[in-house]
Amino acid sequence: MARNKRAIPEINAGSMADIAFLLLIFYLVTTTMDTDKGINRKLPPIDDELVQDPPPIKERNIFTVLVNSNDQLLVEEEYLEISELRAKAMEFIDNNGDGSCEYCKGYSVSTSSDNPDKAVISLQNDRGTSYGMYVKVQNELVAAYEDLRERYAEEEYGRSYRGMDPEEDKEIIKEVKNAYQQKISEAEPLNIGG
Amino acid sequence: MAVIKKKKDKALPAVNTSALPDIVFMLLFFFMVATVMREVDLKVSVNKPQATEIQKLERKSLVTYIYAGSPRQKYQDKFGKTPRIQLNDAFASIDDLQPFVIQERETKAEEDRPMMTMSIKADKSVKMGLISDIKLELRKAQAYKINYSSLQPKNAEALYSSDN
Repeated sequence: MARNKRAIPEINAGSMADIAFLLLIFYLVTTTMDTDKGINRKLPPIDDELVQDPPPIKERNIFTVLVNSNDQLLVEEEYLEISELRAKAMEFIDNNGDGSCEYCKGYSVSTSSDNPDKAVISLQNDRGTSYGMYVKVQNELVAAYEDLRERYAEEEYGRSYRGMDPEEDKEIIKEVKNAYQQKISEAEPLNIGG
Repeated sequence: MAVIKKKKDKALPAVNTSALPDIVFMLLFFFMVATVMREVDLKVSVNKPQATEIQKLERKSLVTYIYAGSPRQKYQDKFGKTPRIQLNDAFASIDDLQPFVIQERETKAEEDRPMMTMSIKADKSVKMGLISDIKLELRKAQAYKINYSSLQPKNAEALYSSDN
């Protein structure tokens, strides 16, 4: 009789969901997404009026970085290794020659920049410079600013600048960025040796 | 009293497959999330430079890619080894860049246009002459936001070694 048929024992599928979630989480954690990352830069607009009348900048406030076609660096008229560039740039930005910058820790050398606000880094490369080298130099210069901001944030707020949340700490980030404004100017490349 | 002997069901119990859709969906979602669509077929070889101060590209839909590098092995008979630019799926010359940017900009929503980012994916051996030309064209096309696509180095020493 059908009534008396014994129920078929079903496989317990209750934990299936748990296994599924476990797998899901495992994959989520282990997979490295191929995200696109890079150095963000802004190009200057082509403006003829600006070119005709450039604002005068004192020689001491310009930090010249030249890269030749052999990927060699000439910084402030002396040969430099790429690994020394960051420290040199930081020293320049942080120099505080006119004493107006209260948070600066520079040596106030008379031949270096007045204050971070006036300090400009001028970068010029050759058409034969490799792109890899160019990115490395860019990276070091950006890193110099980032390191100074990091130090400033650490002292003023006791927090790490790099670890700040772009939404939550909007105001602080703005302030820190303002303390050390990135001023990297790029000249048209030279064409000497290619 | 009659004891009704239960008839033993000899057939194998069917495996419960009610959770199968869940698994399938899970896999589906996983692949949907994890897969990065390769939109273009790379015709140039790009060995990205390394950098530490890199930022994630926000809003992928507003990013336009410009590839630069030597043509890959199979295209070398035809195009040689000189570094070239690739836009979308085809090799392009420097003159094509400006119309390309303008055309790309047209496809974006009006309010998003200023946020448009040009990502330069170039091989690290490419000479700056080509990159400078690209940059000049971008400036002419009023695309000022750019991103030099780079990789995070494994360690700090790798950044300063001469071979990268």
